[in-house]
Amino acid sequence: MILLQVIVAGLLIGAVYALFSSGLTLVWGMMNVINFAHGEFVMLGMYVAFWGFTLAHFGVASFSAAAAVMLFMLGVLVYLALIRHVMRGPMLAQILSTFGLLLVLRYSAFWAFGANFVSLPDGILGPSLNVGGILLSAPKLVAGVAALAVTIGMHLLLTRTMLGSRILAVAEDRNAAMLMGIRPDRMQAIAWGLSGASAGIAGALIATFFPISATVGESLGLIAFVVVTFGGFGSVPGAMIAGLIIGLIESLSAFYVGPVYQDVFVYALFVLVLWIRPRGLMGKA
Amino acid sequence: MKRLLLSATIVAAFSVSAVAMAASEVKIGVIMPLSGNSASAGKAAVAAMELATQIVNEPHPELKNLPLASGAGLTRLGGAKVKLVVADHQGNPSEGQSQTLRLITQERVVAMLGSYHSSVSLTATAVAERYGIPYVVGDSVAANITGRGFKWTFRTTPIASDFANNYMDFLTDLKKAGHPASTVAIVHENTDYGTSVAGTVDKAAKAHGIDVVADISYNANGADVSAQVLQLKQKNPDAIVFIAYTSDSILYMKTMKSLDYLPKFVIGDDSGFSDPAFISAVGNLAQGALNRSAWNIGAKNSTTWRINEMYKAKTGRDMDDTSGRDMQAAFTLMDAINRAGSTKPDAIRKALQATNLKPSQLMMGYRGVKFDKTGQNTLAATYLIQLIGEHYVAVWPARAAQHKLIYPFKGWK
Repeated sequence: MILLQVIVAGLLIGAVYALFSSGLTLVWGMMNVINFAHGEFVMLGMYVAFWGFTLAHFGVASFSAAAAVMLFMLGVLVYLALIRHVMRGPMLAQILSTFGLLLVLRYSAFWAFGANFVSLPDGILGPSLNVGGILLSAPKLVAGVAALAVTIGMHLLLTRTMLGSRILAVAEDRNAAMLMGIRPDRMQAIAWGLSGASAGIAGALIATFFPISATVGESLGLIAFVVVTFGGFGSVPGAMIAGLIIGLIESLSAFYVGPVYQDVFVYALFVLVLWIRPRGLMGKA
Repeated sequence: MKRLLLSATIVAAFSVSAVAMAASEVKIGVIMPLSGNSASAGKAAVAAMELATQIVNEPHPELKNLPLASGAGLTRLGGAKVKLVVADHQGNPSEGQSQTLRLITQERVVAMLGSYHSSVSLTATAVAERYGIPYVVGDSVAANITGRGFKWTFRTTPIASDFANNYMDFLTDLKKAGHPASTVAIVHENTDYGTSVAGTVDKAAKAHGIDVVADISYNANGADVSAQVLQLKQKNPDAIVFIAYTSDSILYMKTMKSLDYLPKFVIGDDSGFSDPAFISAVGNLAQGALNRSAWNIGAKNSTTWRINEMYKAKTGRDMDDTSGRDMQAAFTLMDAINRAGSTKPDAIRKALQATNLKPSQLMMGYRGVKFDKTGQNTLAATYLIQLIGEHYVAVWPARAAQHKLIYPFKGWK
């Protein structure tokens, strides 16, 4: 019984990791740009939720939508104002520019919102669900469902729509896509916008159970990179599965061995997977 | 001749005023973090120490149980006034070192107070030791600040071992009252703070014959604490001691609720549990959580209540435990300088060593102030406070209790 509860808790936090990482897959896996500021996008999504709730009395659905819209715009803006220009520079410039963006966003938030933690009221999504004695935390369950929806939605968008094909074409070969009449800048801007929107939704939903602060990207940022690499660059479903596996391993090792050692197990498996399968679980060779 | 006379008069006038200055002003150096991450705590502490000098410098007969409060200034030094010379160490140990050096050599302070960060207190006291200037540490709790063989370092604040013993004395009292209190779980974050306090709590528990059934170390930056809560649920100890920062304390309360585990009793060691953000986020889930504080505002018109009113008038907010501990250090030092009847460092050091203040002469909940050979206050202690509604109220020991203890932990029920 307790084992089952540990497994369920692991899968739930794993779903949160998957949701958190979904936006990163898109720009890292497909556009080949590492966005170090991804955790900060999620942090801003949390603040949009908080202010939406506090000032405008939004419900969960409305503030998640607001966070998606705001962060979509931020994603597009970041692409147009920053990424578009540094893409022409050396690799190092790209890395340092998003790292710089991380610092600007984190410390602007620090300055604007202060260093104190804020929280949405507990139980905003209702009490835990009791399924045959196993308790499912409502906010994590919602985050899990949203992760699944975002994953499937993004997968369908990329594989079944014209827009998706264009985005993939630009990712594959910018010049060839241009010859086919695709505007690469527009596609990339949309991809950054989508990445921002999913980070916004992730932030809004995580805010329903996690304390909000300007430095929250520090706690959650690293795991997103692990999830994307583990799942395979460019594979949205891969990130989902990787998130669940990491959550499960964390939970089991924390319960049976000790919470301080959970990272040892996660990263040992991570190294092992990369050793055997450098392209990640579901990445293309 | 006229000119000579004039200059002689001027010289005389200056030397007279210099003598008068020496008699009327005693300079004490203070280093605190006034910029950087801990600036708000540092500024609050300086305000409290300034209030202490104000109480000593001006007559305050209504606070007559505090030494030096009723008269004006340091009575045995001809009513000399105390002046604080405050410097910012930015939370940086080397800055603390150079500011202490500057205060001692340039400002000629006769004693030092400070300095919030244990790391800074460690370096700053070393400078004071080299120059032979007494240094009274009001709030840094790292064990090794005293006990390095220093002759000039004194510390009034209780340290981790005092807190740990208080928790266990409390649990022993619970047991006497017929409540189950023979097993505890210690849950602590895994950096210096959590690990060292957990070690002391573990030792104190064993000394009190209380079983430690789980010692859970975790990373405070983690995203999830479900596994920890499930471990606690499985062990179901009589009490849990949390040594946690803010975001993790909040997560613990939320996760305990979502996994439907209501512990029998919860003790939070300051930090996260004392953060106002904790109360606003999960105060309604943590009803009856126990915490520590040596500061207690007390009943209306009591000395502590009056001090709090003065502090509120000065800063616009209630005094907190840290500022209170610094204020007590300032009072202790000024009392020693007065008893020394001199501003010579060695005389002040001897007076500090002879300090023997009774609980009634203090503003903090210590059992007194009396230094051992290492300079540590052997009578340091703390109150235990319980979260009732939106505030913490003193519930232990009985002599300070303002509210009856709530047992068991009510949490969200």
